[in-house]
Amino acid sequence: MASVEFKSVTKSFGDFKAVSEVNFNIGDGEFVCLLGPSGCGKTTSLRMMAGLETPTSGQILIGGDEVTHLHPKDRNIAMVFQDYALYPHMNLADNIAYPLKVRGEAVANRHGRAREVADVLKIGHLMDRLPSQISGGQQQRTSLARALVYPAKVYLFDEPLSNLDAKLRLEARGFLNHLQRDMGMTAVYVTHDQAEAMALATRIAVMDQGKIVQYASPIEIYRRPATTFVANFVGNPPMNLVEVDGTQAGGQLVLKGEGLAMAGLPMTDAIGNALASSSKLTLGVRPEHLSLTAAGATNSISAPLFANENMGPESLVTIDRGEGARVTARIFTDDHLHVSDQVSLSFSAEHVHLFDAMGKRIPAVGE
Amino acid sequence: MNLTIPAFFGRIAFSALAALIGAVFALPLLWFLFAPFNAQAQMGLAVPDPWTLSNFVTVFGNSYAVQALWNSFIQATGGVILVGAAATLAAYALSRSSVPGKGAVTYVLLLFSSVVSGSAAMVPIFLIISAAGIMDTHVAVILTFAGGLLPTAMFILRDFIDSIPKSYEESAMVAGASPVQAFFDVALPVIRPGIVVVVVWSFVNIWGSFLIPFVLLRSSDNMPASVAIYSFYSEAGTPIVTLLAAYSLIYSLPVVALYLFVSWKFGFRFFGGIKA
Ligand SMILES: Nc1ncnc2c1ncn2[C@@H]1O[C@H](COP(=O)(O)OP(=O)(O)OP(=O)(O)O)[C@@H](O)[C@H]1O
Ligand SMILES: [Mg+2]
Repeated sequence: MASVEFKSVTKSFGDFKAVSEVNFNIGDGEFVCLLGPSGCGKTTSLRMMAGLETPTSGQILIGGDEVTHLHPKDRNIAMVFQDYALYPHMNLADNIAYPLKVRGEAVANRHGRAREVADVLKIGHLMDRLPSQISGGQQQRTSLARALVYPAKVYLFDEPLSNLDAKLRLEARGFLNHLQRDMGMTAVYVTHDQAEAMALATRIAVMDQGKIVQYASPIEIYRRPATTFVANFVGNPPMNLVEVDGTQAGGQLVLKGEGLAMAGLPMTDAIGNALASSSKLTLGVRPEHLSLTAAGATNSISAPLFANENMGPESLVTIDRGEGARVTARIFTDDHLHVSDQVSLSFSAEHVHLFDAMGKRIPAVGE
Repeated sequence: MNLTIPAFFGRIAFSALAALIGAVFALPLLWFLFAPFNAQAQMGLAVPDPWTLSNFVTVFGNSYAVQALWNSFIQATGGVILVGAAATLAAYALSRSSVPGKGAVTYVLLLFSSVVSGSAAMVPIFLIISAAGIMDTHVAVILTFAGGLLPTAMFILRDFIDSIPKSYEESAMVAGASPVQAFFDVALPVIRPGIVVVVVWSFVNIWGSFLIPFVLLRSSDNMPASVAIYSFYSEAGTPIVTLLAAYSLIYSLPVVALYLFVSWKFGFRFFGGIKA
């Protein structure tokens, strides 16, 4: 196991910067998720760690040693590919044992070791099959087994669960979580599924357009998203963002917006600085922090009902403030709400997030 | 099936026409199967009476004819090995590496390839071979064929390799394999069906070709079977039908055998697919 470090790494394809000036540090034994929308440079970052892509500039260190230009075979890493990349002409035993073969292990040894790992992953009875003769879930576990069969410094995963159905994905996620706790492996895991990142990571690096926007623990990212982008990416459904107009009145911050009724919030220096450049702020409230209330209550937002989706134990109640500005609440309710009913959703002041005109978080009191 | 009367007769007429066309194509094939076993074979189709192997005995008694089959084998095999190996390596490089303008290179080569083995280039080829001092050798024939077939072979194979995910070799290299190991352990077995297609195609091409060996070879010791067939003509230029028929059958057997072997062993799977 080893640490991984990116020192202002940039990767350009022609004029296009897929990864730009990225700095971050993955500690020994950490499980880091690279989270972000499609095309933000997650795979490119991962491939640079593996040595399959060479950075245009910057340095990559594994275990403190510079590996920027080292061939993949000399990095002693393991990687699980999104398409699994199982060799179609080899049976599972040979597939799983391949890394040991290139390391010069004798046939008996490497098949024995492959069998051990396969048994743990419950594919030990399939060792004579070809990859085309097993199910998608079994293929996924085979590719995992091939990565786990030898001791690597770092384990890299590129959306390994994205080709599985929902139930298998949950199962595999649980297994990976267990594995990480068991082995204490250093792992980098690429995903665009925020729930997967939340469940697995010790730290999440949220990426957008080739940059890391926030790098923090899952709970920190959930509680204190650094930008509106992160706020809008994490959570299920993501945080509601309401554009508001902020003014200072009587030592308090007064927020005004369509359908919004709010008591003044305590002023801070940070808010003062934000207001100094623009009065346009963004108010953020998570769906799970909203609840149904009577019309006109303080700290509430009201608009006609847009949709009421029953999710089993809870419902997603969405109201439409016009021009596509919608607010969704996750609530336990049996209430019969009808489309176009006026609905008020209330929240408490402690659950309010504020972002400045640039979308950057304004630290709350005590942050 | 309920057919109206006109539709019914329409069907019959169509089937009769189709059968007639089929017969036109089947007759030469039948001749080709019957004549070798007929000691009195003529140009006309006749069922042998009695069936005999005497034509084959005569052919195998002709040392020049037998030597020619062996020459065909040497030239075809040599050409196939050269084309197969070179096309595989070149196509792999063209597919996997980021050579600028590699697409253009392939298309230009493809364009010229039809010239090289065609009759238009016969004179320059003759001059080059003669200047190289390898006139009247197997090598001359093998090299000329390789030059003519390689571009198309590369094109077919590159297309095939393009359709194979890079992640196969990438995962092998991350697992610790060198690029050469990744090629031989992982890429080559996956490309193999494509190579087989190229091998069969070039074998058939070389085996059946007449003009190039005819021009580049002098001595009868080096002539392949396609040229040797000419020896079964009398002084006056009329074909000796009995021997010609027997020899033609022998001459076509290796190609048939190759097809059967390949389809039994590999099943001609095009899981990469040839798009062109
Ligand atoms: N070989 C390449 N040549 C040119 N552009 C590339 C290449 N590889 C990636 N890119 C571009 O770089 C950007 C980042 O790609 P990358 O594959 O890292 O995205 P990603 O975050 O993994 O997205 P996804 O979630 O869709 O897999 C994309 O805009 C992509 O088009
Ligand atoms: Mg990706």
